[in-house]
Amino acid sequence: MAVVETRDLTKVFKQGELGAVNNVSLVTREGEFLVFLGPSGSGKTTLLRMIAGLEQPTAGEILIGGQVVNHLSPRERRIAMVFQSYALYPHLTVYKNIAFPLKAQKIAKNLHKDKVEWAASLLGIGSLLQRKPRELSGGERQRVALARAIVREPSVFLLDEPLSNLDAKLRLSAREELERFHRRVGTTTIYVTHDQVEAMAMGDRIVVLNKGIVRQFGTPKEVYDEPADTFVATFLGSPPMNLVENGDLIIGFRPEHFRPAETISEAERVPFNFRVENAEYLGAEYILSGTLAGGQLDGKKVIARLLLGHSFEIGTTYQFAVPERHLKYFDRATEKKVEARALAWQ
Amino acid sequence: MAVTVTTGAKIKSAGAAQSPMLGAAMFAPAALYILLLIGAPFVLALYYAFSDARIGTTELHFVGLENFRSILQSPSFRTAIKNSIIFTVVAQVIVIICSTMLSTALESRFRGRGLVRFLILLPWVAPIALGAIGWKWILDSIYSVITWVLISLHIFKPYGAPMWLGEPVLAMASVILVHCWRLIPFSTVIMLAGQTAIPKEIPEAAAIDGAGFWRTLFQIKIPMMRSIISVAVLFGTIFTFTDMTVVYILTAGGPYDSTQTLPSLAFATGIQGSDLAAGAAISVFLVPVLVVVAYLMLRVAHKTEGA
Repeated sequence: MAVVETRDLTKVFKQGELGAVNNVSLVTREGEFLVFLGPSGSGKTTLLRMIAGLEQPTAGEILIGGQVVNHLSPRERRIAMVFQSYALYPHLTVYKNIAFPLKAQKIAKNLHKDKVEWAASLLGIGSLLQRKPRELSGGERQRVALARAIVREPSVFLLDEPLSNLDAKLRLSAREELERFHRRVGTTTIYVTHDQVEAMAMGDRIVVLNKGIVRQFGTPKEVYDEPADTFVATFLGSPPMNLVENGDLIIGFRPEHFRPAETISEAERVPFNFRVENAEYLGAEYILSGTLAGGQLDGKKVIARLLLGHSFEIGTTYQFAVPERHLKYFDRATEKKVEARALAWQ
Repeated sequence: MAVTVTTGAKIKSAGAAQSPMLGAAMFAPAALYILLLIGAPFVLALYYAFSDARIGTTELHFVGLENFRSILQSPSFRTAIKNSIIFTVVAQVIVIICSTMLSTALESRFRGRGLVRFLILLPWVAPIALGAIGWKWILDSIYSVITWVLISLHIFKPYGAPMWLGEPVLAMASVILVHCWRLIPFSTVIMLAGQTAIPKEIPEAAAIDGAGFWRTLFQIKIPMMRSIISVAVLFGTIFTFTDMTVVYILTAGGPYDSTQTLPSLAFATGIQGSDLAAGAAISVFLVPVLVVVAYLMLRVAHKTEGA
C-alpha cells in the first residue's frame, strides 16, 4: 500500500494551448478510495494516465510511496490499472489473462496457480478460468480485469471508468461489489468517473476537476454541502443546485431545500413566490420546475424536489422558502464561494 | 417529398432483388473475366501438358504422362523445385521479420513518419522490371556499386570482389534479397493495418502488467495479429512462388540453373526453348502448391469473418 502524491502536475498536449491538466497538487491517504470526478475533457483520465506512467507530464512531480516516479516505467511503479474497455487480452484464456502480470514480473512459476486461483475466487470467477474473453459477459469481463489487477498485489489501484460499459442494472451491483472489494483488500485506489452518483457513493474523498483544474477536493459531504464554486455546485446533485443572481452575488440552494414555506420555521425562512410550470412524478418524489415570481428575481428558473404528500397545480404560484442556513453564496465575477452576508431580496 | 423518394427507392431495390436476370448481368463481367483470362489459359496449359505441342507447328498429339515422365527425370527440373522452395521459404521468413519490425517502428509517432511510409512503399509501387534492372546494375560484375564501395573500404582487393550474380550461392542470395526488397512494403502495409487494429489500451495494459517491449510484441501483439500475418504470408507465398520477373531479369536462372525456379524454368523451356508441352507440364506442378495456399487463405478469411 502506498500514498500517491502529485505536485503541480501539468500536461500540455499542444504548445500554446490550455493544458489538459494544470498544476494539480493532491495527496491521497493510505488505503483511501479517491475519486476523480469531472465532465469529459476535464483532464481526469489524463491525470490518471500520468500517475500510471502511460503519459509523461509536461511539468510537476508524481510521488508514489514517497518516491518520485516521474521517470519510472509503469511496471516499476507497482501499480495496477483497470481500463474502461478492460483491455483483456483476447487471445488468452481468463487464466492466462490473470497470470500474465505474474509472468511479466517474473514471479516463480510454481506460485502462479495459487495466486491466479486466489484472485479468481476473490472475484467469484473461479469457474470461468478456461474461457476466452469474448465468451464472457460485460460484468464477468470487468471481474477478470479486476482479478488481473489484484493478482500481483499492487501498491496502488487505478480504475478508469470501469463501470461505464455496463448496463444500468449491472452497474449498481458492480459498484457495490467494487466497494466491498476495496474494503477487503484495502489498497489505495484512485477511481475516475464522470458519474457524480458513483463518486458520491464510492469515494472517501472526491477531486472535482474541470478544464484540467482541481475545483474542489473533499469528502462527498463537503463537496455536496459546501461546493467551492458554481461549477461544483451544479455538477454534483441531480437535479443540480439552483443558482439565482442577486446583485454581485450568485445565490445557490439545493432543490431539496426549496420547500413549501409552512414546512420551514419562520425564524430561518427565506421566502420566495414559486410559479410551478412543470411537475414530474418520480415515484418517491416530485420534481417541480418553474420560475420565481415578484421582486428582482422575477422569472428566474428554479427546481424543487419534494417528497410526496403535497399536491401542486401547474400554472399556480405557491409560497415557497429555503432555510437560511442552506443558502450558498458565490461571487458573481469569480463564481467562487464567499461568506454569507445579508441580502436584499426585494 | 422526401417520403416519395424513399418509397421509390425501396420499390426499385426490391425489384432488383427479385429479378435474377439483373443479378446475373451484374455478375457476368467478373465471371467472364475469370473464365476467359484465367480459366481458358489454365485449361489450355493442362491440355498442352498432356500433348506434344511445339512452337511453330499446329499439329498436336495426346501423349499421356510422357511430358511429366521426362521432366521428372531432368536434373534442371529437380533443381528448380528445390530452388523454388528455398526461394519462397527464405524470402517469406525475411519478409515477415522485416515487415513486422518496420510496421512496429512505423506505428509510433515521429517527425517525418508520412515521408518514411511513402518511401517504404515505393518499391511496391515502382514497376518490378524497372526495379529489377536497377538491381541488375547494382549487382553487376563490373559496374556494381556494392563492389566499388567494398573495394574503397579495402574489404576486397580490386578484381578480387565476389561476383554477386555469378556464383551459385551469391546469385540465389541476391535473387532472394531483391525479391524481399520488393515484397516488404506490401507486407508492411498489411501488418500496419493489423497493428492499428489492436486497441491502444491492450499494449498499455501489458505495459502496466509489467511486460517489456519483447514480451508485448511476442505474447500480445503478434498473437493478436495472427490472422493478418497469415494473410501476408499467404499472399507473399503466391507472389514469390509464381514470380519469375526477378529471376529472369537478374540471372535468367543461371549460373548453371542455380537460381532456376519453376516459373522461370517453365518460361525457359516452353517459350524460349519452344517446347510448349514441357513448359506447360512444369507450370502444372505449381498448381498443387497454389491450391493448398488458396485453401488456407479461404480458411483464414472464414475464421476472421467468424471472429
